[in-house]
Amino acid sequence: MLCDALKNDFLALAPLAMVDTDYRAKGYHLDINLASSQVVQAATIMAGRGYTLEAVTGVDWLSSAAPKPAKKPAVAEGEEVPAEPPVAAVEEQMEVVYDYIHTGKELCRVVVRCRIPRANPELPTISEVFAGANWHERETHDFFGIRFLGHPDLSPLLLPEDADFHPLLKDFKV
Amino acid sequence: MNDLACSPNQETFVINLGPQHPATHGVLRVKLTMDGEYIVHAEPVLGYIHRMHEKMGENRTWAQFMPNTGRLDYLGALSYNHGYALVVERAAGIEVPERAEYIRVITVELNRIASHLLWYGAFVLDLGGFTPLLYAFDDREHILDLLESVTGSRLTFCYFRFGGVYNDIDDNFITGTRAFIKRLRSRLPDYHNLVTKNVILINRLKDVGMISAEMCRRYGATGPVLRGSGVCYDVRKNEPYSVYPELNFDIPVYGECDSMARYMVRMDEIEQSLRIIEQGLDKLPEGPVMAEKAPKIIKPPVGDYYAAVEAARGTFGIRVVSDGTNTPYRLKLRSPTFSNLSLYGEACQGMLLADALALMGSLDLVIPEIDR
Repeated sequence: MLCDALKNDFLALAPLAMVDTDYRAKGYHLDINLASSQVVQAATIMAGRGYTLEAVTGVDWLSSAAPKPAKKPAVAEGEEVPAEPPVAAVEEQMEVVYDYIHTGKELCRVVVRCRIPRANPELPTISEVFAGANWHERETHDFFGIRFLGHPDLSPLLLPEDADFHPLLKDFKV
Repeated sequence: MNDLACSPNQETFVINLGPQHPATHGVLRVKLTMDGEYIVHAEPVLGYIHRMHEKMGENRTWAQFMPNTGRLDYLGALSYNHGYALVVERAAGIEVPERAEYIRVITVELNRIASHLLWYGAFVLDLGGFTPLLYAFDDREHILDLLESVTGSRLTFCYFRFGGVYNDIDDNFITGTRAFIKRLRSRLPDYHNLVTKNVILINRLKDVGMISAEMCRRYGATGPVLRGSGVCYDVRKNEPYSVYPELNFDIPVYGECDSMARYMVRMDEIEQSLRIIEQGLDKLPEGPVMAEKAPKIIKPPVGDYYAAVEAARGTFGIRVVSDGTNTPYRLKLRSPTFSNLSLYGEACQGMLLADALALMGSLDLVIPEIDR
């Protein structure tokens, strides 16, 4: 029910991919791939449905390290809505992942993700929609150097205040 | 609360709470802008015990990361063991024998009680009552002895394995746990008589430190904080895992949204955990405690996987990305108190400093888990 309602909401955004995933195998129900410019709209939809933001994080896909297209036919048993997933790893990319959970009776865990160029990792902040995103985005900026445009304060949260490195980048060596 | 406190024309001053302050229970610093006794603005400053566990995860094999999970929330380490074991078992498709599932639940719930007991003692200590801490530690000691006998450690447990647990429980553990259940049940009324009904405690907590359900939603707060705001959400019920669906227990919910509600949620959870442990011992099946087919070297198929568990402080979520090798490609730890603390700045605006400390205590912070 909730999942179906959400899928309808998201159709309006024309996501790059929207897949029903096998919860038992993956741990989430709905996997939505968006353009980075749509994350705020996505957050607004989720907030409107009473969702809460569990976490924001990044994944660094250095082209050499990136495995083949993220999701092969694997578990895509649900209807794939429009287009193919945009995973052709031509340029080096970073992925930003948002985990949403509804704290009501119904269980529908949603993952919203988008890819941004590694050379210029920027996307809008959702901290206006979810106040809790403020720290999550700051942390993601600490670890990956991803800039959340419009974020009130991207100063280091967990790293030292003068940190000029981003430890979770794959080319960062200890 | 106090209109004057937030007026921009008032003269304010900044004080520094922590990072070494008895009320912050670890190295948390809060930058407070004060108007006399009232807080105008509070900004938690984190990172003093940041160890970059997520990077460590990328530099060791799947199995080698298990000890790290015990060092996040050192008061509820087994829940973290459990979350990590769940996500890797999900990724690698490992089945866990039923006996192991029961042992996991029994030990995790014992650990939850130990965590709540320590919180209880420390929280009342923050409010100026010293004695309850001694009662709580007395009882907690029994749990640590029990857990030590099966896990080999008393605090930073590393007891779970992919496919089961490392050591079977014996009759001593079972009789000891049953004796402990009986003992704690007889002690809980003392706890309530000594503390819960104490008028000073009530006046310090009742209608103080309000956190609405809406605020919880915006900040992603979970656990007793959310349940103290009237939302009945517990991963054990809402997103059942392990053998929790086969056990009978209630989720305590209080709708008052104040510090007292969060206090009551945790006190009631101790009783519910006792119920779970009792049933777990009754239903404990015979059999192996490790999956026979569990591979020695874990190489989950390419993809990303998520698992969440109800830790003592809220939802502990863990996302792993596998590239098909024997080390995680990415490992994200979503810790509950990170989100629970993030609402602190908003929640304590306009409060008296002393009340804000009570509010902080009622959040049940464990700093190494926030900083990771």
